[in-house]
Amino acid sequence: MRREGSPWQGVWTVMAKEMADQLTGARMRILELLALVAAVGAVYAAVGNIRSNIGEDPFLFLRLFTTSREPLPAFVSFLGFITPLVAIALGFDAVNGEFNRRTMSRILAQPIYRDALLLGKYLAGLATLAVVLTAIWLLVAGLGLIFLGVPPGGEEVARGLLFLLATLAYGGVWLGLAMVFSVIFRQPATAALASIAVWLFFTVFWGMLAGVLAQVFSPLQYGFLEEVLAQTRMEIALSRLSPNTLYAEIVLALLNPTVRALGPVLPIQLHRAVLGAPLPLSQSLGLVWPHLVGLIAAVILFFALAYVLFQRQEVRA
Amino acid sequence: MDKVIETHGLTKIYNGTHAVQDLELQVQRGEVFGMLGPNGSGKTTTILMLLGLTEPTSGSVRVLGFDPARQPLQVKSRVGYMPDSVGFYDDLTARENLSYIARLNRIPSAEARRRIESALERMGLAEQIDRPVGTFSHGMRQRLGLAELLVKKPEMVILDEPTLGLDPGAAREFLDLIRGLKHEGITVLLASHLLHQVQAVCDRVGLFHKGRMVLEGTVRELSQQVLGVGHRLRLEAEGDGIVERLKDLQGLVRLQEQGDHTYILESERDLREDAARAVLDAGGRLLTLRAEEPNLDEVYTHYFQEIAYAS
Ligand SMILES: Nc1ncnc2c1ncn2[C@@H]1O[C@H](COP(=O)(O)OP(=O)(O)OP(=O)(O)O)[C@@H](O)[C@H]1O
Ligand SMILES: [Mg+2]
Repeated sequence: MRREGSPWQGVWTVMAKEMADQLTGARMRILELLALVAAVGAVYAAVGNIRSNIGEDPFLFLRLFTTSREPLPAFVSFLGFITPLVAIALGFDAVNGEFNRRTMSRILAQPIYRDALLLGKYLAGLATLAVVLTAIWLLVAGLGLIFLGVPPGGEEVARGLLFLLATLAYGGVWLGLAMVFSVIFRQPATAALASIAVWLFFTVFWGMLAGVLAQVFSPLQYGFLEEVLAQTRMEIALSRLSPNTLYAEIVLALLNPTVRALGPVLPIQLHRAVLGAPLPLSQSLGLVWPHLVGLIAAVILFFALAYVLFQRQEVRA
Repeated sequence: MDKVIETHGLTKIYNGTHAVQDLELQVQRGEVFGMLGPNGSGKTTTILMLLGLTEPTSGSVRVLGFDPARQPLQVKSRVGYMPDSVGFYDDLTARENLSYIARLNRIPSAEARRRIESALERMGLAEQIDRPVGTFSHGMRQRLGLAELLVKKPEMVILDEPTLGLDPGAAREFLDLIRGLKHEGITVLLASHLLHQVQAVCDRVGLFHKGRMVLEGTVRELSQQVLGVGHRLRLEAEGDGIVERLKDLQGLVRLQEQGDHTYILESERDLREDAARAVLDAGGRLLTLRAEEPNLDEVYTHYFQEIAYAS
């Protein structure tokens, strides 16, 4: 059956309203606090270590993001940890919240499609996430500049911005997941818990599970190099089903220009390039391109799933 | 007269049970139509199908000439709907809540501002305009829901139990509001359990039972159908032989004596003139003569008693 009228009518209205809600809500205060702590902690951790080798390292600016100092983690680890949680916090009550407030049937009685409501909410979450991440990024970059006193090169800034973008895509995946659960579960607390369970699964267990599964499906029978390689490849392929792995590898390649390959590298492959010579940005980007596409595909997948489930739902709670 | 609502064989099945079955509903422009029926008889389901918020299992629907399943935006931009449990964003003020709705309806902001202020004024919420809705009482939310309809300025409004939880004063204002809408030529579809309110404002009513509309028409027509009585007179008169004369009146269904000089006449046709003449012919003194409206309450009770009895 063909529907008439644009499915996107009202998207911007919904997005503007949802974003205003999020940016003024208590949730945002907490996120701002987190952002501040993260940025200051990261810069404090990095600056002390980096100062000692100013002049030797050509990618000083990027070190701001990746250097850690006990007991503080590096900024990237912190961000990789916090981004999914922030994204989940922004999405877990998106749809069920409307039902619980009994606003759903009133809103859907206005001239918009459900598509617009869902997309508007998703975009609002993404935009809020972008605001938070950009704020942290600028804070780190700014503080780093002040303390290091060395301006970053053009390529470094570009790498830093791509890193920001990848983080946003990574957050988008978790936002999508949280929204799927917000459609499935009527209770926001259940949706939040389910989202966090999935996140924990990928953060803690999936790495181990990938190893075990690789041993099961691609066992070592004679100990040949080919077998070892096949098993390693399988483990890597499996672990890349996790958005965490994808994101970690993207960050690795973008922020460490010396990384020449992701996954297993044979000594024969190494001789083609001088070890340690940094890759130009375009090649680093080529390295992580499939990963980025994977993350974006996951975003689209989750959105489509939320959409299909939402379309089938009765407006009556 | 053109039909603003027209359904044919409209059916909705939820997991094998008929929520609405073969509904033939027709509502004319400018009419106030009341939907009555016990809980779970399919009123809300019908409303949701009219708005395109639920897909019919079979049958056809036309609302203002549009098909709600295929052209929901056309329908929803012309129809105002107040759900049975109306909720708002608690953190936003009354004004902000309404202005979100106005923006979704693409009402220009200056115009929206004007409409919101006058609507809240009219619903008696002028002082609470910038207060968060979280601080509102149930009845105030209900009024806010009605104010939203005024902001939208629809061609037709659909109200699902709108007076639930309103104080008597507000309920009366609400009835005035509906009459006002009718005066502006707006069609009103009203589902309610408060029979005297329905009777007070509705031109026609439909009685729902187990997903079917079992009776339909004016209250008088329903009364005629169910009770066999379309008219009722209350007569006070003194004199001998009045009773005999009254009993002979043509079209009389029942004559009851209440006290010494008071008689209740139930009849198929209007007997005012004939009854007065009968009293005078008998040489009696006519004290009062008042036509009483047929009572929807009685019709409803009687109908469902009979059904319970029959089964
Ligand atoms: N989502 C649903 N899934 C299954 N059955 C449903 C659903 N929604 C409604 N029903 C059933 O459809 C029937 C009609 O319900 P409906 O809400 O239309 O009644 P109603 O006339 O509005 O009742 P009330 O006066 O209580 O508001 C009921 O038997 C109800 O159980
Ligand atoms: Mg109902």
